[in-house]
Amino acid sequence: MASTYTPIATTTLSSSQSTVTFSSISGSYTDLVVVCSMLATSGTPGPTFKLNNDSSSLYSETTVNGNGSTTYSGRNSNASLMSLYWTAGLNTTDPRVLTIHFQNYANTSVYKTMLSRFSFPSGEVGAFAYLYRSTSAINRIDFSVPTSTYAVGSTFTLYGILSA
Amino acid sequence: MTPMLGIMASQISGHLSIPAYESISTVTVSTAVSSISFTSIPATYKHLQIRGIGKPTAAGGQELYFTLNGDTTSNYYSHQLYGNGASAVAASYGTTSNAYITYWSGSEFGSFVCDILDYSNTNKNTTTRALGGHDLNGSGYILLRSGLWMNTSAVSTINLFLSSGNFAQYSQLALYGIKG
Repeated sequence: MASTYTPIATTTLSSSQSTVTFSSISGSYTDLVVVCSMLATSGTPGPTFKLNNDSSSLYSETTVNGNGSTTYSGRNSNASLMSLYWTAGLNTTDPRVLTIHFQNYANTSVYKTMLSRFSFPSGEVGAFAYLYRSTSAINRIDFSVPTSTYAVGSTFTLYGILSA
Repeated sequence: MTPMLGIMASQISGHLSIPAYESISTVTVSTAVSSISFTSIPATYKHLQIRGIGKPTAAGGQELYFTLNGDTTSNYYSHQLYGNGASAVAASYGTTSNAYITYWSGSEFGSFVCDILDYSNTNKNTTTRALGGHDLNGSGYILLRSGLWMNTSAVSTINLFLSSGNFAQYSQLALYGIKG
């Protein structure tokens, strides 16, 4: 039987680095899913991601989240990056976990729409809807920590889902 | 929402088979249609998952609904938490004739992932959960929804439709089965 849910690549950091990249992503799947568990080496930086090494202002996002006492909803428009968290960033001890769904990522007739769910027990839980206003197939994803680095042990796994 | 199963992560390139997650059927819209149905769903899986993108042909915001096994009576409940970029809002829909999945706009494609849990268990009513929404670069919604179908029958048919209008060209919904 043809594989439906396929692990494409995994990165588990053995040394700190500021960016983790999945590149040369095959366009043969229907959806992509990324699962992350992240720590920072210092501070509480806000992690981000971008697509196809594109830093133009083609990204936007809408979020809903809560931190145990307050709920939030916000958005960013015409952005050069997409956020992975909203009010809280990474820290050095408690992993931040999230799943991002890239639906129809290789469809060149539509802009790219994505969804994520994120959480960490001591701070925040929520979700995002994203839009990348490009019809290009997604072939590269860069996860970055602009003011710090990802710590040893941070993991990023890319899956491909193939529909019938 | 990823399936609740052990998923291998490997540095090995190529195609490692994960037989617990199988593609059942996919519908890709070439000409606008008013509804999309998955029929004759086998009872051999533990859970179902629907993944997709879509855009209504009607202008403005539209709800994406579903009914199960052709049941259009008042047998559904839904709850939600959503954000519209300004406020986080909780709401519920009781005894409706369909369940709520997500909220889309005729201006741009949105997406969703919906789990139908323990769908073939005839000892309990059927529950669903969905993550979905859309962003329009200045507006949009992100929604977390749960649904209840007050019927213990195994789910064999899923019918998806919008509150108004049709699914536009390039909309695509795919049904997957998760073994347990």
